[in-house]
Formats: sequence, C-alpha cells, structure tokens
Amino acid sequence: MLIRHTAALAAMLLLGAAPLAQAADKPTDPQIAHIAYTAGVIDVEAAKLAIEKSKNKEVVDFARDMVRDHEAVNKQALDLVKKLKVTPEDNATSQALTKAAKEERSKLAKLKGAAFDKAYVENEVAYHKQVDGALETLLIPSASNAELKSLLETGLKIFQGHEQHAEHVAGMLK
Amino acid sequence: MMPGASKRRWRFAALAMALAATPAAAETIQVTIDKLVFSPATVKAKAGDTIEWVNKDVFAHTATVKGGWEVMIPPKASARLTLQKAEAVDYFCRFHPNMKGHIAMMP
Repeated sequence: MLIRHTAALAAMLLLGAAPLAQAADKPTDPQIAHIAYTAGVIDVEAAKLAIEKSKNKEVVDFARDMVRDHEAVNKQALDLVKKLKVTPEDNATSQALTKAAKEERSKLAKLKGAAFDKAYVENEVAYHKQVDGALETLLIPSASNAELKSLLETGLKIFQGHEQHAEHVAGMLK
Repeated sequence: MMPGASKRRWRFAALAMALAATPAAAETIQVTIDKLVFSPATVKAKAGDTIEWVNKDVFAHTATVKGGWEVMIPPKASARLTLQKAEAVDYFCRFHPNMKGHIAMMP
C-alpha cells in the first residue's frame, strides 16, 4: 500500500502534475539531463542497500545488475553533457524524486529478510514503471537535442528491460 | 610443364572434391547488439555453425534460451556459441528481457 502510494506520488511528480505544472513549460534539456541522471542515481542507491541487506541470491544479483547498468548509462549521460557543454540543472522534479526515494529507502532500511526482498523488488517494478512513463510521455518528447533524445531512448529500453527483470525476480520470490 | 604448377592443380582438385563431399561447411553468423537490439533479430543456421554476438553497448547482455544455454556478452565485446543441435530456439537477454532474438534452422 505504502509502496504503491510512494510510486503514485513519484509518478505524479515525474509526470509533472505538481511542480512542472507550476512551471507551465516542458522541462529544458539541462533539466531533463538532471532528472534522468537523478533517476539513475536513486536506483543505484536502492540497489546498494539491497546488496548490503539481502541474503537472497536472485535479489542481490538483480541489484548488482541495476548498479552496473545505471552507472554505465549515467556515465554516458555525463560524457554527453560534457560534450554538449550543458550543465544539468536541478529542478523541482529532481528534488521531488530524491525526496520520495529517501523516504522509500528509510522504509526499506527498517525491513529484514524476505520482507525486505519483497518490498525492494516490488518497489523496483513500480519505480521502473513510473520512470518509463515519464521518459515516454514527458522527457523524450521534450528533449530538443538529438543526442540527448537518443540517450533517453536507450535509457527507456534499459528501464523497460529492468522492469521486466524485476517482475521476473518478484515472481520467483512468491 | 613446371612440377610446381602440376602440384598446385592436383591440390586444387583435391580441395574441390573435399568440398563437394562434405555438406555445407560450418559458418560463423554475426548478430550485432546495439542500443539493446539484437540485429538481425532472426538468423538462419545449422548444427555446427557458430553464432557470434558483437556487443556495441556499454551494457552487459546475455543470449539466454529458457531451460537451455546461456552466453554472457560483456560490454563492448563479442561472445560466441557453436550450435550443437539442429534446433530452432528463441533467446532473450536475461538482464533486459525486452531484448529478443531467434535462431531458425536451415532446411
């Protein structure tokens, strides 16, 4: 329930219902770069917590995959912003994402064993779904630089793949 | 006639005969991975052929057959598998199950 609520909140914030509506404009490339990078960092941090806490091989392997892929995609993002001489710009969406993730992490930190595994993996499914939605409906259509758009499209495929991978792991935990 | 030329002709004839006697020689078939896509998505092969996956991504991938073989394909690297059986298979990437490929068997 809580997970669903957090996810719904994150989706709302990501989709711009609250903060971006105030801005009334679609995000700029420096903001998009910051949001995408933040989304990756959040998943890496959640994964590091899982690697530390979980005793389940499937869960730990999955978390390691998350760290590896998101660090790789974020390295590409950093290389790209450097090349384009764009400075990622902090914004309300990034801040809302970070805040929601912090709450989720502190909630996960209190859980142990199978309860932790289940909550982590379910949140991974929900989180990736929300980021997919934001990439598809907001970030990719708003990106004006072609290289940034292309990187976001690769990011979308990565996130969609992780969502399916997380669903598979969730199925194994049942 | 120079002895060398005659020898060469004989060798050529032997090679031609050997090729005619064996069914099609084993081949290496390349599948490229770029931005999380196996390309071509379907390849035609026969038992004894080798599939070589060339990974252009910075991400690790796998070619995994459910209940069957798995090949790990590291970032920016290639990996190979020689097909032991004449068996058509669907494969996917275990890390990104939205990546799918197919190996069809030649008649």
